[in-house]
Amino acid sequence: MKPQALIAGVHEFPERKTAKSMLEIQALSARAALEDAGLGKKDVDGYFTVAANPGIGPLPIVDYLNLNPKYIDGTTIGGSSFVAHVNHAAAAIAEGRCRVALITYGSTSRSSGVAVGTRERISGDYLDQFEALYGTSTVGLYAMVARRHMHEYGTTSEQLAEIAVATRKHASLNPLALYRDPISVKDVLASPMISAPLHLLDCCVITDGGGALVVVHPDLARDLKKPPVRLLGSAEAIAHTSGGRRDFLVSAAAESGPRALAEAGLSPRDVSMAMIYDSFTITVLVTLEDLGFCKKGQGGAFVSGGRIALGGELPINTDGGGLSSNHPGMRGIFLVVEAVKQLRGECGERQVRDCRVALVHGTGGALGNRHSGATLILGRS
Amino acid sequence: MADYAKPLPEITAESKPFWDACARHELLVQKCRACGTVQYYPRGVCAACWSADVEWTPSAGRGRVYTFTVTYRTQARGFRDELPYVLAWIELEEGVQVMSNIVAVDPAKVAVGLPVRVTFDDVKEGLSIPKFTAA
Ligand SMILES: [Zn+2]
Repeated sequence: MKPQALIAGVHEFPERKTAKSMLEIQALSARAALEDAGLGKKDVDGYFTVAANPGIGPLPIVDYLNLNPKYIDGTTIGGSSFVAHVNHAAAAIAEGRCRVALITYGSTSRSSGVAVGTRERISGDYLDQFEALYGTSTVGLYAMVARRHMHEYGTTSEQLAEIAVATRKHASLNPLALYRDPISVKDVLASPMISAPLHLLDCCVITDGGGALVVVHPDLARDLKKPPVRLLGSAEAIAHTSGGRRDFLVSAAAESGPRALAEAGLSPRDVSMAMIYDSFTITVLVTLEDLGFCKKGQGGAFVSGGRIALGGELPINTDGGGLSSNHPGMRGIFLVVEAVKQLRGECGERQVRDCRVALVHGTGGALGNRHSGATLILGRS
Repeated sequence: MADYAKPLPEITAESKPFWDACARHELLVQKCRACGTVQYYPRGVCAACWSADVEWTPSAGRGRVYTFTVTYRTQARGFRDELPYVLAWIELEEGVQVMSNIVAVDPAKVAVGLPVRVTFDDVKEGLSIPKFTAA
């Protein structure tokens, strides 16, 4: 069954370091996204956000906003959460559980000094005693996948660096991006090694930030301010340690990508641009392979030669991505915001020409032990 | 050993046999009596068939590095004072992957496929943590 939902409004909180609280960021983003949709507070009847406070999920923000939603979802599966929320919102809308779903995110990682990538990765559960004892960090877990990819397929640090270079080029066209000065492959390789083979410039930035999305029933199309973006397909998956027998080079995207594309009745060739979660350069390389843009093992060649930059065959992360624009810890919401703006033709200097179909893929958790993947296929109206 | 600043395991009834064996310098994996699957990390059910009839079985403690990373920057307790260090997935001869550290080897000599064997870090009375070194 094709999903029956429209993305009617989006907003990205513009600041990269802010004095505002995470709740305030979400409130301002919610208001702006609803305004973008031509809707208001009274229209919201579904609420989706992550569990920033352990165990109680959306309760504080729904209280703060003084809302009374009929449908509530606090799915928290890492950075892909907000991409999965769109999938969940579409299902709730199709079932008649709500008509106007509001998805929000707010984080003050930078101003509160959280070292997102290099802090000790402790989950507080049973699994810690088999992993966290060994100095696991987010970057280390991704670095292990990069090392294995290099071993199996001869992928090079230069090829990974191509991803950071293309993304920075896009960031230079985004006035909101944290880092806008162009970089070269040499710069990436000369940046400090964090967890080999990943250098500093293979890693996403740390910022404050947030945003909001408004997903609505197709019946509301006439009431919206702008031509809505159509959700053509969506899917999610989880990849994990599998009892100790895991091919760590195959990510959850290998499951969710083909299912989302099949639902849309499209193939990777139909995709005009893609927003690919870029916690690290290796995340992008593995994801592009698993989504079917190239064969497994050929990601290194695929990302080279300008193919993924604006003007190339498959422009990705045109906002400058997590590598250069913003990454407050869970970046999925920005993937959707940028894809929607591209499909509406609102991206100015960084606009992808004749953008008809956008693919969004969020990765949450870590490729090197367990992670979620959520894919959306979006089409312009 | 009182100066071991790295994280320590929170041992529960479910994992106690594993840690008791480590204290004896023995690495255990599990085998399902219902379907025969060998698994790691240990848990109360078989990951393949969910049977609760899983038995502890000794591992030879030998394997190869499946992948690894040499970490130069981290906030992880204890490790931040011992940079660089090697975090790795090891594939045991029994066919299952184990996350651990490669110790007492020059990080520059660690490679995918390097043969390794288990070694135990005696952290305190009754607690030893399994790590790996060149075989
Ligand atoms: Zn079994």
